Amino acid sequence: MKFGIVRFPGSCDDIDALQAATRVGEAVLLWHADHDLQGVDAVIVPGGFSYGDYLRAGAIARFAPVMAQVEEFAREGGLVLGICNGFQVLCEAHLLPGALLPNVSLKFVFRQVELEIVRADTPFTRARIPGAPTPRLSIPVKHTTGRFYAPEDELDRLEAAGQVLLRYAPGHNPNGSLRDIAGVCNELGNVFGLMPHPEHAVDPLSGSTDGLTIFDSMRAHVEQHVLA
Amino acid sequence: MSSSTSSLEARHRQLGLTDDEYARILDRLGRTPGDVELAMLSLMWSEHCGYKHSRRLLRRLPTEGRHLLLGPGENAGAVDVGDGLAVAFKVESHNHPSAVEPFQGAATGVGGILRDVFAVGARPIAVLDSLRFGEPLDSPRSRYLLERAVAGIGHYGNSIGVPTVGGEIYFEQSYEQNCLINAMCLGLAPHERLIRSAAAGPGNVVVLLGALTGRDGIGGASVLASAELGEGDEAKRPSVQIGDPFTEKKLLECCLELLDRELLVSLQDLGAAGLTSAASEMAASGGVGITLDLCQIPLREVDMEPFEIMVSESQERMLCVARPECVGELLAVCERWEVLATTIGGVTDGDALQVLHRGSVVADLPVSVLIDDCPLYDLRPEPPSSELYSPPEAVLGGGESPAETLLALLRSPNLASRRPVFEQYDPIVQSRTVRRPDEADAAVLALPDGSAIAVSIDGNGRRVACDPRRGAAEAVYECAANLACVGAEPLGLTNCLNFGNPEKPHVAWQLTEAVEGLAEACEALGVPVVGGNVSLYNEAPSGPIFPTPVVGMVGRLPDATRAGRLGFAAEGDAIALVGAFEPSAAGSELSKLRGYAPVGELPIVDAQTLRSAHAAVRSGIRSGALRSAHDIAEGGVAVALAECCIAGGLGASVRLPDGLDPFAEAPGRAFIVAGPPAALEGFAVIGQVGGDTLAIAGLLEVDVSELTSARERGLAEWV
Repeated sequence: MKFGIVRFPGSCDDIDALQAATRVGEAVLLWHADHDLQGVDAVIVPGGFSYGDYLRAGAIARFAPVMAQVEEFAREGGLVLGICNGFQVLCEAHLLPGALLPNVSLKFVFRQVELEIVRADTPFTRARIPGAPTPRLSIPVKHTTGRFYAPEDELDRLEAAGQVLLRYAPGHNPNGSLRDIAGVCNELGNVFGLMPHPEHAVDPLSGSTDGLTIFDSMRAHVEQHVLA
Repeated sequence: MSSSTSSLEARHRQLGLTDDEYARILDRLGRTPGDVELAMLSLMWSEHCGYKHSRRLLRRLPTEGRHLLLGPGENAGAVDVGDGLAVAFKVESHNHPSAVEPFQGAATGVGGILRDVFAVGARPIAVLDSLRFGEPLDSPRSRYLLERAVAGIGHYGNSIGVPTVGGEIYFEQSYEQNCLINAMCLGLAPHERLIRSAAAGPGNVVVLLGALTGRDGIGGASVLASAELGEGDEAKRPSVQIGDPFTEKKLLECCLELLDRELLVSLQDLGAAGLTSAASEMAASGGVGITLDLCQIPLREVDMEPFEIMVSESQERMLCVARPECVGELLAVCERWEVLATTIGGVTDGDALQVLHRGSVVADLPVSVLIDDCPLYDLRPEPPSSELYSPPEAVLGGGESPAETLLALLRSPNLASRRPVFEQYDPIVQSRTVRRPDEADAAVLALPDGSAIAVSIDGNGRRVACDPRRGAAEAVYECAANLACVGAEPLGLTNCLNFGNPEKPHVAWQLTEAVEGLAEACEALGVPVVGGNVSLYNEAPSGPIFPTPVVGMVGRLPDATRAGRLGFAAEGDAIALVGAFEPSAAGSELSKLRGYAPVGELPIVDAQTLRSAHAAVRSGIRSGALRSAHDIAEGGVAVALAECCIAGGLGASVRLPDGLDPFAEAPGRAFIVAGPPAALEGFAVIGQVGGDTLAIAGLLEVDVSELTSARERGLAEWV
């Protein structure tokens, strides 16, 4: 199982994602200007401030050469995970529904938040046993532009289609996201974006290892469906 | 060099040089300086670059230590942290720009200190900030400065991917006109990647990396522009620099790759006085000359004057020296990182900083005149004959119950929770952070071998105002105490001396006494000073700021998994008081709330006793005997106990030793620790953890929830 982590100018959590992915498999960096995904089994678009967040968070990164390959990889069913800035990039690239708007506070917010897993049967959340007593994850958020938005009818459609995978637990919504949505996937279910940073919750030293759920799930899915 | 002597004589005063200093220039050069030369000399001989009022004094600070790898004089100091790794660190002020434009002032303060650290080859891994503002409740300006400075720090640090792991904020009337923004950065490097700034090898090439050079930040020289050289609107450009963390992020990654590929002979950041300072310092420390061709420098604005190019403080630029055969590869690496790189000159034999512009020589100065001949002044210290600072407005009358007093302290701006501030910073990027703000007295960052470094920044101007020598020493002791609480042993410290006008005898006295106090404390603990910064002339018509030496200390602990926490951890744990402790009311937070001026003697320190207390806490944390440790600082033992309860979400009941004033202060000497009763034998046990209240026998009993809400509401109501 080999993860590829995209590195744009201005990516900050790229090495963090690389280290987290290394805990469950192999991982390599993918340079923004290259057209080569190096045969990876899953792509992570990491957090940070790609291109300085100039114009709009994620708006420039979406045109980086490597993104053409990522889009093709996603169309073919490959697993793509977007974390924070990566979520913003995937929304800008129309690989994910909705948009991320500035936080209600208009300020950067760092906070350890509790998340509820809405669906535990997806390639990104399956490592948590369905029906387990505490289907909650403790994972930090850190962003200025993380308020998930979509028109009401679109939100209804997303919920009905089971595309909402993570919600902020009651009282934990840090940014004013509609319906407490913390993470959504595409219709096919192979592209997933979330504002919280699972790569910062993989080491007991940091206080929580709940983020491993996401990486473990991806490995399990790839091993079962791709590498089998 | 065409200007007449008469116009220059008038100009040197506008540039801040005295008549004596100008005479010294004529004497050293043996001729009249040209326009560009005078601009360069005025900056290099300024207090900011030349340290002319503090350099002699700073020689008093001990700079030797067995862990020291780079000492004062380099872009940043560095200590050995084992496993072939070094930690480089430095604190620097950006006070004056921040008072004018707090967002960009604070942002570029962070940007500047980051460059200092990667200039020595270290990857920046943490930022801390020490901030001072006027009284927030009375002053909308102070609230504005706080909000924008915090936003600026977050903007730069968050965007560049360096965690902000700690800091401190105090509010005092004396900072109303002169806020303080001190930023500290730590970087990590393998020993062999540490690089010095000394230019070497005549024939080598000088390359400018990073942003375009513009008219921003033409500090002292803006006076020049408004005189005769510049005309019209250019003269009125704002002198505060504008930061671009995205450019610096690329510059940082690019420089580290250049060093990893061993393509650089030396590296230097462009800070105050821009190219002038960077080139002179590189040449001086290498004992060589440098020639620069200004026509090669990529400019943001056309038709910049040569002096503007030489003194521009445009951000996100670095100067490096490389061997000619490496330049091709160097430029290719820069192109990959989308970093502008231009060959702008070369290293020469001799001692000349020579500047060419359109084929003619516009400056040709001996580097020794720029650097070594800067005049050094002795201070004329005299203790003040009357009180320098007026008493603050009283918030408490003195008739309150101990419980009411404790809640008032927890709610007060200086002690309230900093959560509304630190939630605006990313403390975890780079995945090293083991202890975040509010979890422990010091930030803790894990190293690859399983050990960790700890860092703390401290300074209490009000106590230094009471007693400059003991107050300054307390900043060192408190930093060391903070490190002990997480199990770390100090390796080195950096300091930023924020004072008023040193030409005034009472400020000179504060400065002299404070440096003596810092030196005594460093000697008592055996901790060297690896570098620092001085910010003088922080003075308003109403008087100087509180004398504010800020100390940043770095230490090491062998096992990251055992890093201490401050909050009580388990019901039934015994609580002990560690350290000899004779606190005083003078200079305390309570004295401020009661409206007393900062006067009175501070308690003395017995170095041996203090060291034993620190060692006891450190070893208790390292062995796991202690489950929490917290130093007793502002607000005294009562506030320290409340903070342990709040952080752990647990109550406590204690009986204080007879005669101990619960709100008096003597920071750095004593600790509240807790652990299993059996493990605390040998400690002075004063109570136990448990319940929902903090109960201090004969004094007070308050719900932990009430303590928490007082402390949480303090800043949140107006940040």
